[in-house]
Amino acid sequence: MRILVIFLLALGVASTAQAVDLEGEQQTRYHALTAELRCVICQNRNIAESDAPLAKDMRELVARQIANGRSDREIQQYLVDRYGEWVLYDPPLDRGTLILWAGPFVLLAAGLLIVAVIMRKRAHTPPRALDRDRLASVLDEDERAGRDDDEDSSREHS
Amino acid sequence: MRWRLVVPVVVVLMLVVLLGYGLTRRPDILPSAFIDKPAPEFDLPTLASDRERIETSDLKGGITLVNVWASWCVACRSEHALITQISRRTGVPVIGLNYKDTEKAALRWLGRYGNPFAVVAFDPDGAVGLDWGVAAVPETFVVDEQGIIRYKVVGAITPEEMNKNLVPRIKALKQSAS
Amino acid sequence: MIPEIGHFALILALGLALIQTVVPLYGFARNRADCLAVAAPAAIGQFAMLGVAFVSLGFAFYANDFSVAYVAANSHTQLPWFYRIAAIWGAHEGSLLLWMMLLSCWSLAVAAASRTLPREVASCVLAVMGSVSVGFLMFTLFTSSPFTREFPAPGEGRDLNPLLQDPGLVFHPPMLYMGYVGFCVAFAFAITALITGRVDSAWTRWTRPWTIAAWAFLTLGVTLGSWWAYNELGWGGWWFWDPVENASFMPWLVGTALIHSLAVTEKRGIFKSWTVLLAITAFALSLLGTFLVRSGVLISVHAFATDPARGVYILAFFTIVIGGSLLLYAIRAPKFEAGTEPVAALSREGLLLLNNIFLVVAAAGVLLGTLYPILADSLGMGRISVGPPYFNKVFIPLTAPLVVLVGAAAVMAWKRTRAELLRSRLWAPLIIAIVVGVAMPLLTVGPGALAAIAGCVLGCWAIATALEDIVRRCRGRRIMLPRHVLGMALAHIGVGVFVIGISLVSGFGGEHDVRLAPGESTSMAGHEFTFMGTRHVEGPNFVAEVGDFVVRKDGEQIAELYPAKRRYNASGQTMTESDIDIGIWRDLYVSLGEPLSGDAWSVRIYYRPFIRWIWAGGFLAAIGGLLALSDKRYRRRADAPARRAVATDRNDKAAHA
Repeated sequence: MRILVIFLLALGVASTAQAVDLEGEQQTRYHALTAELRCVICQNRNIAESDAPLAKDMRELVARQIANGRSDREIQQYLVDRYGEWVLYDPPLDRGTLILWAGPFVLLAAGLLIVAVIMRKRAHTPPRALDRDRLASVLDEDERAGRDDDEDSSREHS
Repeated sequence: MRWRLVVPVVVVLMLVVLLGYGLTRRPDILPSAFIDKPAPEFDLPTLASDRERIETSDLKGGITLVNVWASWCVACRSEHALITQISRRTGVPVIGLNYKDTEKAALRWLGRYGNPFAVVAFDPDGAVGLDWGVAAVPETFVVDEQGIIRYKVVGAITPEEMNKNLVPRIKALKQSAS
Repeated sequence: MIPEIGHFALILALGLALIQTVVPLYGFARNRADCLAVAAPAAIGQFAMLGVAFVSLGFAFYANDFSVAYVAANSHTQLPWFYRIAAIWGAHEGSLLLWMMLLSCWSLAVAAASRTLPREVASCVLAVMGSVSVGFLMFTLFTSSPFTREFPAPGEGRDLNPLLQDPGLVFHPPMLYMGYVGFCVAFAFAITALITGRVDSAWTRWTRPWTIAAWAFLTLGVTLGSWWAYNELGWGGWWFWDPVENASFMPWLVGTALIHSLAVTEKRGIFKSWTVLLAITAFALSLLGTFLVRSGVLISVHAFATDPARGVYILAFFTIVIGGSLLLYAIRAPKFEAGTEPVAALSREGLLLLNNIFLVVAAAGVLLGTLYPILADSLGMGRISVGPPYFNKVFIPLTAPLVVLVGAAAVMAWKRTRAELLRSRLWAPLIIAIVVGVAMPLLTVGPGALAAIAGCVLGCWAIATALEDIVRRCRGRRIMLPRHVLGMALAHIGVGVFVIGISLVSGFGGEHDVRLAPGESTSMAGHEFTFMGTRHVEGPNFVAEVGDFVVRKDGEQIAELYPAKRRYNASGQTMTESDIDIGIWRDLYVSLGEPLSGDAWSVRIYYRPFIRWIWAGGFLAAIGGLLALSDKRYRRRADAPARRAVATDRNDKAAHA
């Protein structure tokens, strides 16, 4: 029973700088950094949210380095040097990851293009004689029919 | 048949190929970031041997194995006998890195199971382990005569790993060194 | 004895599933009513057998029968009884059984509703569902049976994973699986449409309720999952873009696109092949999710004990089912009578088309991010992690426009809407949205990030426009609005509430790490937290250090919180159990960090404004879906006229063949 406390204390005694020693902007940086660093022995958790001992070590390392005045980039690079790019949850933006970052937006552009093409293919040919009154009344009729469609759930098509 | 309707089938087949490839990989085993890079600098006390301290330069001058272990690590026991075997078969010394352990427990473990290590470095807070990119215990590094890390085994060494990869690689390194 | 009965029941279920698949399809091909009639009874029988299997496993858990390997791996005598039952689906084999049992439930429902469907259609749908059952039953029986015995039987189980020992386990997986499996019904209807070559208003009217039901359950399941993670994982997060979370979210995105596409196809008779394709894709993503959770290709905290060998089987199944369906699609989709009517830009169908593009691209983006680590590895780029920073940067720009579009949803009429109409109806909700969207956070939380306020305005926009539509329609009406209209409005309101929640939590929330000795206090967000110390507690299957925090606002005590650090006896795992002071406008969330020297602890305090709105939005949307589902238009019997129509059609086709 007391083993729990001793076990936890044993970890605690060995600890050095912690997040609790940081203040204000430094603590904000600490939270931001630890949220985006991967716990390398966990099943997909960041080091801020992991109970694993190694995550605790890494958190302390981050706190220590922030207290020593290192920049975010330097701290990230320190861990990347030891664990590889994998330790960062934010994938790098370089030539290799172009598919990753640009892909969804390229798909969106393609999708919108397809929509435009579809709509153009099905577009009305505009009426020749522009009888505005008649045009307005036809459009009103159409619109009312559209609204009625909305209300009337029995309208069928084939 | 309109050819654009085939696009979904093609996409799915490509996806299946990718996932099939994924099945052959082990995403839980993290490769070392130090392959072909110099071993990180360290300077640690040793565990009750006639040497006072051990440091990076002690890795140079010949091929060495660095084995990260701890007395609380269950898997370390299973690879214990193999470490002695590797050392004997290749003639390469094994340096132990005792990771996040207490001196008493480590010495007791060595007394109980035997000591295959030429020297044991004592790293109680795991700082050097973190420096070497150690994620879990046990891990084994192959360091060449210039102090450059050439290979890493994650997890306990199995007979298969020893025969297929580790021993041949050490022998190849020894060949190119001489 | 009982596990063997369960195992035998599974074998019988496989036999029935095979019959349910093969015989009706034969009957369809050869126009034999007696073969078609086999489908419904086979489905009922399969349900009964899977029910027996499920209950057998439940009994084994309840009775602590550790000779069953699965029970020994996931249970413990000290485990409370409700967790012992929920542990049925706590790991791979049992969750498969849950999957199949729920699939048989949906098949039973379809069989029961088949009186309202033409016989060929009902039988075809059941046959397709049967084929999926066959695949899963074979997978279970040959690789993952929950009934395998372990001799000698251990005296004690290895306990359920502590992370799962939470009420969330009781509700989240069943709801989620109901959603996943429910899309199999839509899939089956889509395949039926491809086989018969007809997508007509009858088909959409049959398909819509099943799809909305599946969507509603999936919404519930995903919402519950997020809520559970927040309560359980101890660190104040509610979504991590974990591969398994994404696996549940992608079918949801495509499912949403599907229900909207079905609406267009029903009303205007266009986008038929898109609708069918979306139905296949939604189920494909469900199956993909099953693969990702169990194969080990991706690392996830939610993954079951992974086994690449099993992954091969699921991937093969996926290839056959989805590859085959899409091949069928490529060949048969041209048979659909293409709607030739024009699609105006300013019309509901144009709006929904745009809506679906955004949803599908968003789903594709999530898929890309989730699978990218495998792709990078295959291209030799080493190991790369793709996590929340990526998904947030990509997903939010892709979906923010959607919330804008939601506002126009009710205003846009079918066929054509004039721009002036949009303006006249939308200016009022716009003003309301801006005013409320800016004022609400300022009054409740204080000044903060502009992006968060913009998000709040967007959410208010969705709500205001939905309300505007309801109010306008109610004017001058003596009877209640039809349920599908109310349901739609409620679902869109749910979306708005959800968007408000995530915007304000992200923009205004915060956390604070502090060292507290007993008696010391700290303050956050206008509240004072006093640490009263910890006490030692022994739970049913764990020991814990439980902290005591008194929370005061303006000097007056408003809550007392008891976060804990637990160590589970069987596994030795340490868990952080947080405690939360729940509120409509904010949550105050306290977690114990590590014990420090003396009696002090490092403590983390989280401030989460409007976080309840996230799940409230999800629940509202699901309720909206269920409400729309109950509309009487879906309960009309497609009896004599429709049956005759289908029969005539087939005779015509036979005559022309």
